[in-house]
Amino acid sequence: MCIFQDCSCLGHRCTGQENWVDSRTVYIGHKVPPPGAEAYIPQRYPDNRIVSSKYTFWNFVPKNLFEQFRRIANFYFLIIFLVQLIIDTPTSPITSGLPLFFVITVTAIKQGYEDWLRHKADNAINRCPVHVVQDGKVVCKQSRKLQVGDVVLVKEDETFPCDLILLSTSRDDGTCFVTTASLDGESSHKTYYAVQDTKAFNTEKEVDTLQATIECEQPQPDLYKFVGRISIYLDRDEPIARPLGSENLLLRGATLKNTAHIYAVAIYTGMETKMALNYQSKSQKRSAVEKSMNAYLIVYLCILISKALINTVLKYVWQADPDRDEPWYNQKTETERQRHLIRAFTDFLAFMVLFNYIIPVSMYVTVEMQKFLGSYFISWDDEMFDEELGEGALVNTSDLNEELGQVEYVFTDKTGTLTENNMEFIECCVDGHVYVPHAICNGQIMPGAASMDMIDSSPGIEGKEREELFFRAVCLCHTVQVKEEETVDGIKRGLHQGRTSSIYISSSPDEVALVEGMKRLGFTYLRLKDNHMEILNREDKMERFELLEVLNFDSVRRRMSVIVRSSSGELYLFCKGADSSIFPRIVSGKVARVQEHVEHNAVEGLRTLCVAYKKLSGEDYEEVCHHLSSARLALHDRDKKLAEAYDLIERDFILLGATAVEDRLQDKAADTIESLHKAGMKVWVLTGDKMETAAATCYASKLFRRSTQILELTTKRAEEQSLHDALFELSKTVLRQQGSMSRDTFSGLSGEFQDYGLIIDGATLSAVLKPAQEGGGGNYRDIFLEICRSCSAVLCCRMAPLQKAQIVKLIKASKEHPITLAIGDGANDVSMILEAHVGIGIMGKEGRQAARNSDYAVPKFKHLKKMLLVHGHYYYIRISELVQYFFYKNVCFIFPQFLYQFFCGFSQQPLYDTAYLTLYNISFTSLPILLYSLIEQHINADILKREPSLYRDIAKNSLLQWPVFIYWTFLGVFDAMVFFFGAFFLFDNTTFTSNGQMFGNWTFGTLVFTVLVFTVTLKLALDTHYWTWINHFVIWGSLLFYVIFSLLWGGIIWPFLNYQRMYYVFMQMLASGPAWLGIALLLVVSLLPDVLKKVLCRALWPTTTERMQTKRQCLTAEQSTIFMLSQTSSSISL
Amino acid sequence: MMASSYNIKEEDGHHSGSSGPGGNAVRTKKPDNTAFKQQRLPAWQPIITAGTVLPAFFIIGLIFIPIGIGLYVTSNNIKEFEIDYTGIDISSPCFNCSQSYSWNTTTSCTCSIPFSLDQPFESNVFMYYGLSNFYQNHRRYVKSRDDSQLNGNLDSLKAPSKECEPYRINENMPIAPCGAIANSMFNDTLDLFYIDPNGTRTPIPLMKTGIAWWTDKHVKFRNPGGSSSNLTAVFYGTTKPLSWPKPVYELDTDPENNGFVNEDLIVWMRTAALPTFRKLYRIIQKKNSLTPTLPRGNYTLDIVYNYPVRSFDGRKRMILSTISWMGGKNPFLGIAYISVGSVCFFLGVVLLFIHHKYGNRNNSSDIPN
Repeated sequence: MCIFQDCSCLGHRCTGQENWVDSRTVYIGHKVPPPGAEAYIPQRYPDNRIVSSKYTFWNFVPKNLFEQFRRIANFYFLIIFLVQLIIDTPTSPITSGLPLFFVITVTAIKQGYEDWLRHKADNAINRCPVHVVQDGKVVCKQSRKLQVGDVVLVKEDETFPCDLILLSTSRDDGTCFVTTASLDGESSHKTYYAVQDTKAFNTEKEVDTLQATIECEQPQPDLYKFVGRISIYLDRDEPIARPLGSENLLLRGATLKNTAHIYAVAIYTGMETKMALNYQSKSQKRSAVEKSMNAYLIVYLCILISKALINTVLKYVWQADPDRDEPWYNQKTETERQRHLIRAFTDFLAFMVLFNYIIPVSMYVTVEMQKFLGSYFISWDDEMFDEELGEGALVNTSDLNEELGQVEYVFTDKTGTLTENNMEFIECCVDGHVYVPHAICNGQIMPGAASMDMIDSSPGIEGKEREELFFRAVCLCHTVQVKEEETVDGIKRGLHQGRTSSIYISSSPDEVALVEGMKRLGFTYLRLKDNHMEILNREDKMERFELLEVLNFDSVRRRMSVIVRSSSGELYLFCKGADSSIFPRIVSGKVARVQEHVEHNAVEGLRTLCVAYKKLSGEDYEEVCHHLSSARLALHDRDKKLAEAYDLIERDFILLGATAVEDRLQDKAADTIESLHKAGMKVWVLTGDKMETAAATCYASKLFRRSTQILELTTKRAEEQSLHDALFELSKTVLRQQGSMSRDTFSGLSGEFQDYGLIIDGATLSAVLKPAQEGGGGNYRDIFLEICRSCSAVLCCRMAPLQKAQIVKLIKASKEHPITLAIGDGANDVSMILEAHVGIGIMGKEGRQAARNSDYAVPKFKHLKKMLLVHGHYYYIRISELVQYFFYKNVCFIFPQFLYQFFCGFSQQPLYDTAYLTLYNISFTSLPILLYSLIEQHINADILKREPSLYRDIAKNSLLQWPVFIYWTFLGVFDAMVFFFGAFFLFDNTTFTSNGQMFGNWTFGTLVFTVLVFTVTLKLALDTHYWTWINHFVIWGSLLFYVIFSLLWGGIIWPFLNYQRMYYVFMQMLASGPAWLGIALLLVVSLLPDVLKKVLCRALWPTTTERMQTKRQCLTAEQSTIFMLSQTSSSISL
Repeated sequence: MMASSYNIKEEDGHHSGSSGPGGNAVRTKKPDNTAFKQQRLPAWQPIITAGTVLPAFFIIGLIFIPIGIGLYVTSNNIKEFEIDYTGIDISSPCFNCSQSYSWNTTTSCTCSIPFSLDQPFESNVFMYYGLSNFYQNHRRYVKSRDDSQLNGNLDSLKAPSKECEPYRINENMPIAPCGAIANSMFNDTLDLFYIDPNGTRTPIPLMKTGIAWWTDKHVKFRNPGGSSSNLTAVFYGTTKPLSWPKPVYELDTDPENNGFVNEDLIVWMRTAALPTFRKLYRIIQKKNSLTPTLPRGNYTLDIVYNYPVRSFDGRKRMILSTISWMGGKNPFLGIAYISVGSVCFFLGVVLLFIHHKYGNRNNSSDIPN
């Protein structure tokens, strides 16, 4: 910010002084200026290479490994593995080494592949050819070899390879047209200007002779700010210095339009271009679930360490008696006796290893697999497939599936996201008579004259005149350019009609829509030729108007005017603009009737403009010319003087009528926004567009309702009041509302409460976000956040791409740390997409930038609804169960082993056999939960879509909150106690078989383990709400697999094992009657509390989701009845 | 005028024309409309509510309570007699033996403890020895064995596994069977005599086979070189475990019960789960259906007292027990069944109440919405 201020100061005095703080000097065409002017200081600039990849071939392995082991879990498993390698532990290193190796390899392959794709994309960009002028000739170079100072030739429809200063164009006036659609989302054509002194150099040869230097600021990300100056050495004398502004700067990523070619000089290249600076590095996004998971991990790590510590301490307390430590029957080896000092530590580590399964490596594998496989359901979704585009949803990251179910703030772009980015003329109103082109009457398109349909009674002769004046006004009052259609198609059509067809180009799509609308109403704007505007009137006669002055549009005046001389010599001033800026300047006309229509149209979300005119006499025109020229020639405060002049000129109008243009909303955009609101999300619209347009869209998309009270925080307002006052006033309004609201709720009145919508623009926003200066200002940030929080909808207009990201960041960093989602379609949305927790790209018209950089891409905005409400909800439910269940089942698994230590002299004796220890998480209990986490549907997708409020049930990560986590952990501990002490009392000093033979410790472990596997699997079965055949297959299959495996494992003397401890253990256990009875008993006891909790919670404190579930069940039960009833009623009505 | 409107139509037509083929070309990308991919697989969607689990609770209650009663009665019908012969108490006949113990005594100490049975033991009676505070499940102990040596592997016989340390090699000879477990094999000899009312001691025949798992005896444990060969020769080059008085091939005279397949050894080698355990020692077979296996009356237990337990505060017991289909005397299972059954039944009643009170309210309040 500070640097920027410096530069702007310097910009003001750019003609003289040399104390440029942070600038670069560029020698056009690398030509050193004549000696004496300035010392030649060669500066080093990066080449024009764009690098988005993370690894190179050489650093991939170390860098990737390093990054992977930075994950707490991976590091933990590495440590466990190393401990197992080094010291004598109860379990073999393979049990943890193998899964770890698997996880690391799979992740590395996946990341390597992704980086390879990035390399490929980079190469494609860096190698694309660029035309560079060298020694008066055009040479083709690879884009990456472009250097600062190179003079570049860009042809029509080519994209600028780097940031360029425009030198000259193929057009005489030194202008060119550019669309910055992929940068800021504005698809309209913008005009850029060459410096007047260089615009004549428009061939290779001429450009090569140009000797000039450019001094400019060092690159900064703001797309709309640029300060510099060019010094041109025309005659080897004193150079001519000219200021350079953003109107001279062509940005990388923008496309040249409607101009044959341009010459320009590169000033920022490669990663220093404004586009590259606006891309934030794609940082690893972590979902809230992953964060909870990491928190749980730490809790379990603590549990693990304390368990190990407790056991180590108790071990040493217990074996203080030498007869316990080393009884005669169980002597230590010499080495074991010697290592007394480090013995305690290795004991601790051994306990760690014994209990390490409590944090299972397989959880991470399962979570990764769930995310990866689960994301396919998004791309497979039929409902998110767009026929027109031929594409369905796209998943770029599978890490964030569940985050889709947690969104609290939705930041959406407007153009192309909410709207189709496609303006259409809807109607116009002349003196209260409404004209609708191409109207449909009784289902038939009226031909000929009726292509214009007059809804009101036909006006009289005088009216007819005014009507034609209105049409002429609209046809003339614009800055539209005409491009002759040159395609084969066009020629064919041209032949057909006997006239060339043409397309209109303008910096404002509204104007195009208006002119096209006029064409449909019979008045066709043909071209601007020799400063004469030619229009074709209804009688197919050419009318020519001399264009005298154009008073350009600006957002403060919110209107534009033209002064034309008709062929009959009459002078007209036509003005069109926003109603608020026209009506006060009207002296006559049917104001009331037009205003009525304007308001009516605005309600419908149409963009309205009013049209007015005044006749000028010769003297008037003289005066106007005088005002304008004096203002334009002013050296100081030119803008202010111009504004004053415009103000003087544009008054005393006669109102003609109004127009209505629609930027059509995307299909079901309003419905989607409404659902998102109902689901408890706050929707913000962030757009680079101007406020009026954006506000209209917001109304149309039901973001703002009629009842919404709009709070404005715009430059205009900030000028009137100080920002400080404005903010405080707004916050007061909002807070008062809140106060009365709380009073209402106390008194039990849930009356209509006002909901607020905030409109803020980019400039004000940056003022708000500026760090508090010198005390007095206080921190606006907090007040602003406070206001935003009480608004149901916020509209931010005139936003630069990075500002969008800033807003997202601001909300992300606010107190509650809400989960944000950004959705957009253009390159200008990329920074916000990257910044938000979840970034969604729309596969729009403005290139695939957004879709490429997003986490998910959908074809249309409406797909967001299913994405969040259905997929997000499901994924969240699934993964939270997955995480909780995983910890639960491992508590069940390991806690008995912990308890067993108390009965085996704290000797780290494992309770279960190695095979069971290794396979428990890998195969016996892995598939059911994986499947559950892939296909569970606790409630039907249709219901989720129909009832967006169900989304609130899972808001704020509710299924992974600490109480839930503690419940699961305690359930795990309870179950573990049941398994262990159940088996303990069954075994305790008694015979367990019907043949009098005894069981050993492995049978004890196997009994516990069998109950464990069955309980844990059945617990999942109880949680499953959606039993497809696959669920049945997997759940019963994995139980069967456990039994078969155990039979096999104990059925054979395995030659490669050095112990046969499990031989026939499982069979012997099954052969004993009490074992069966015991298993059944323990199963029932361990499942009982969970069932009870479920039933009670559902009966006493049901959540909305649970109510819906119950309701649905009742409905299905009653469906037959309803069907019968409807049958009866229909027969009665017949 | 006409041309103008025609133009518009033409444009429209043009547009739809251009989007048409594009649409066709990419239609192949459309995801398959299969039930699985659309997450629309037919499914049973059960919901656990008070109403649905009610019957389950009652059924569990109704099943568990009778089973529990049955188990409890069965357990109560089992006859069990236990006698502690450690000899801690001065009044105990084995006191002397327990005191005079030292490792190197070659002479064995004997003592005999009289006892009487109040009730006759009807069916087969199983005779156990029980040890307390003996950590057979200590990790160092559990792993201190070589299963392949015990399985008759000749290589392992000569070079036992490292796990057997420090009971692996003695005087440069491999120990057979190696390891702490084998080394500490229980070596008291227990004999049972029935004292007739007239004072004569009748020895009770004790069967020493059938006490180990069949699979252990026939598959897991095998003598090296097969069953036929001369055990003394096979075990040549190995030495006996330190605390054994005789080598492994002299455990029994019966060749089927000698060496590694000696059932006492096999039973001992199955390490117990808990520090207080019992192991099957002998079986007293029922002679005929007329006389009880062990009639009411006085008995003596003759002990050859070898096994030292006092150093680690251990206890030694002799247990006589009959066995039912549900094993030995263990009231726990029966009581647990009865209580779980009653709890389920009780919960069933509670749930019925809740279901009646709240279930209806939920449903009725929701449906109009």
